[in-house]
Amino acid sequence: MIQLNTIADSPVTRRKLVIIGNGMAGARMAEDIIAADPNHDFDIVMFGDEPYGNYNRILLSNVLNGSQDAQEIFLNPLAWYDDNHVTLHAGKRVTKIDREQQVVYAEGIEESYDILIFATGSRPFVPPIPGTTLHGVFVFRTIDDCRNIAEYAKGCKNAVVIGGGLLGLEAAKGLMTHNVSVTVVEMAPWLMSVQLDEAGGKVLQQTIETMGIKPLVSTSTKELLGHTRVTGVKFGDGTEIPADMVVISAGIRPNKELAQEFGLACDRAILVDDTLQTSDPSIFGVGECVQHRGMVYGLVAPLWEQTKALAGRLTGTNPDARYLGSKLATKLKVMGVELASMGRIADLKPTDEVVTFAEPGRQVYWKAILRDGKLSAACMLGDLEPADQLVEYFMQDKPVPTRRLELFFGTGTKTQGSEFSLADMPDSKQICDCNGVCKGTIVQAIKAGKTTVQAVGKATRAGTGCGSCKKMVKSLIEAVNGEVKADPSESWYVAAVPLDKPTLVSEVKTRGLKSVSAVLRELGTGEDERSKNGLASMLKSIWGTEYVDERDARYINDRVHANIQNDGTFSVIPRMYGGVTSADDLIKIGEVAKKYNVRMVKVTGGQRIDLLGIKKDDLPKVWADLGMPSGYAYTKALRTVKTCVGTDFCRYGTNDSTALGIALEKKYQGFEFPAKVKLGVSGCPRNCAESTVKDVGVVATEGGEWEVLVGGAAGAHVRRTDVLCRVKTRDEAIRVIGRFLIYYRDNAKWIERTYDFVPRIGIEKLRDIIVNDSLGLGDSLDAEVEKTAAAYVDPWLERDKPAFAGQFEDVKTVPLPMV
Amino acid sequence: MPATLTRIPLCTLDDLPLGLGRAFKVGDTPIAVFQSRGGKVFAVDGFCPHKGGPLADGMIAGDQVVCPYHAFRFHSDTGACDQPGVCALTTYPVEVVGGQVYVTVS
Repeated sequence: MIQLNTIADSPVTRRKLVIIGNGMAGARMAEDIIAADPNHDFDIVMFGDEPYGNYNRILLSNVLNGSQDAQEIFLNPLAWYDDNHVTLHAGKRVTKIDREQQVVYAEGIEESYDILIFATGSRPFVPPIPGTTLHGVFVFRTIDDCRNIAEYAKGCKNAVVIGGGLLGLEAAKGLMTHNVSVTVVEMAPWLMSVQLDEAGGKVLQQTIETMGIKPLVSTSTKELLGHTRVTGVKFGDGTEIPADMVVISAGIRPNKELAQEFGLACDRAILVDDTLQTSDPSIFGVGECVQHRGMVYGLVAPLWEQTKALAGRLTGTNPDARYLGSKLATKLKVMGVELASMGRIADLKPTDEVVTFAEPGRQVYWKAILRDGKLSAACMLGDLEPADQLVEYFMQDKPVPTRRLELFFGTGTKTQGSEFSLADMPDSKQICDCNGVCKGTIVQAIKAGKTTVQAVGKATRAGTGCGSCKKMVKSLIEAVNGEVKADPSESWYVAAVPLDKPTLVSEVKTRGLKSVSAVLRELGTGEDERSKNGLASMLKSIWGTEYVDERDARYINDRVHANIQNDGTFSVIPRMYGGVTSADDLIKIGEVAKKYNVRMVKVTGGQRIDLLGIKKDDLPKVWADLGMPSGYAYTKALRTVKTCVGTDFCRYGTNDSTALGIALEKKYQGFEFPAKVKLGVSGCPRNCAESTVKDVGVVATEGGEWEVLVGGAAGAHVRRTDVLCRVKTRDEAIRVIGRFLIYYRDNAKWIERTYDFVPRIGIEKLRDIIVNDSLGLGDSLDAEVEKTAAAYVDPWLERDKPAFAGQFEDVKTVPLPMV
Repeated sequence: MPATLTRIPLCTLDDLPLGLGRAFKVGDTPIAVFQSRGGKVFAVDGFCPHKGGPLADGMIAGDQVVCPYHAFRFHSDTGACDQPGVCALTTYPVEVVGGQVYVTVS
């Protein structure tokens, strides 16, 4: 075999590269060469059967079902070829190759080559049965096929799809959108037999049946009936069904004939070695037309790997690149059913270990095949929760966990409070990841009599960080002590005052307690910083402008309106309504960042800009230079309203999410709550603003309504929102959200996020109170909204008039007297 | 050689906000000085021995100073920490004479 290196290393003269095929493989090949060949050593010539630039074949079913226009799936329009100096002979089929002279011929065109690449792809397999040439019989492979199928379907009632593989099901789904009743015929005993095992195939079958598609498995097609137009399908057992159109999707066959005719070694496809070279050292092959180490791939991932390796070798940028075969792992959505598949599920040896999980009620099915302690294949249907983890085990050949159930459920099952697994844990197992507290330390504290979560927290710090391990601490107390001692303080608003919130509020009002120190003096049993801060927040919402604001009841962040960092400096985040900014504001932010030597300028998850590393005494100057209001990124208040671009720019947007987001942020800015509150507004159910994991989310629906969601989280806890209601107008959305926010503010415990508050109250009850106004609170909630909004003052205005001595002053240096 | 004790005029009482602290550097020694709501003035190390939190940015809870970083608590008289295994803060004698705050450092 001739080493490719000799080609790559030869003195650089312009070389001519001819690619046969302008599908995904040919086009990607050209792109990769151009990208790896900055000196443009290659003249590239391409031949394509279809009279178009190339397009993304994977998206063809979208064209068929109308969710995408044919124009949208083009990868490179014809202009791309001009721009990159690629000669494209579109609609020209290569008919002859002279390997001696290194010339290809196509319908009157001759092109000589130094290097020839086969990217001829594959074609649909049409079974050798009578009737496949009748009108109304289609294959499903090209844009033209799509157009023809869609056009023909208009006059049809019954369609039959032959082939129950991925493409067949895609075709069936596409046909459904044309109001045709669809039957899918599969020869194998179950659908998608390449990706799924029998049980999985059955689950998929049930799911698609509920969608109105009729699957016929273990059924061979004998004949397509009709004179000029197809009228029916006859099966192997002699039965017939009516059909006024048929789509054949019975697999693909590599286009190897041209290569074969001109003497290249072929088996099922054109044979290539690890350098993608065919039996001719000047000719290479990539994509569905080649067979490498016995494998013929019909997916794009291997193709990307092949073209990258070959481009590296040919251009000399990676002369030793080799293609060693692909591990296949795919996640798909077939007719709305989520599906993941990796490896070959049919490849099962007697010594393999099979792990399965099935949840028939939700049509969930998971199967993993383990060989030598590693994951050799898997399929997943209906719920892809563990898919990413399985793909990692599969792709990296990682040894699978000894407890096989962790493959699917991770080690997280332990946190669900199973005493069995808690008891199993070694004492050194870290329970509280915030404070680094181990199981042993916690057990010791429990044995020493700390039998409430709070007491354990006080003694060991476990659970006092993000709080996400509190459930585990509780389970440990149960395991060690038999029961968790009833903790009366659980119902208190704050620890220092032994009263629940309604009682506390009424006491505060009757006694006229307007400052934190007054509440602690009259009602308190202790004093701690958390309680002080919680009381400050509550008193402010009760008394409004009458509130006596004692700054020592606030955390540092709330005293200086910025977030303290681990080096004693602060972060400054100006408000950016709805995540929308302007060139002028960005320039201003940039200038401020330069002027104050900001160490990091960071785009936050809440769609704004964080200036990190600001010295305390610079804060007022930074705010003044910015001239923007505080983003409240440091306190228990309304933080951000994340939005997508909605109907302003997005092709999918169904409503103006940006405008609603901005309106919400302007209305509710400065509202303080028992915990931080984050909002999101998405312009369509694609939910780009992640509204379903926000404290309050809004999603626009087709038809112009807004769905209002509450109680979501995506931090230490992850919780999907509950649906509060649907409303028709922006104003209604703003109003119902305001009512929810005030109700939450006035009824939640200190530090209780909405994701705990909403389930504690119950979404039905909340809906009754807030949407149906069952308690008659509506007007007072609305009035409270207006009162709070009117009281908003940008805290950054304290830059001009500090509220207490040294508010914005850093360390003061006092020299020692000279001796 | 015995350490020399030096009594330094630090600031006026009005410079200390009620219930809060302020940060000073006396010579090379960082010190946090507080005035509690009850009128007690006291001084401790400027930084938390845990992760170096600036204690003057903390809060007062009863007799304790609470670090702003991770809420470790230190007694205002003894400097002792509420967490096992965390060393105590050094405390510095403070006097207030005629509205002037003096601290004694070594």
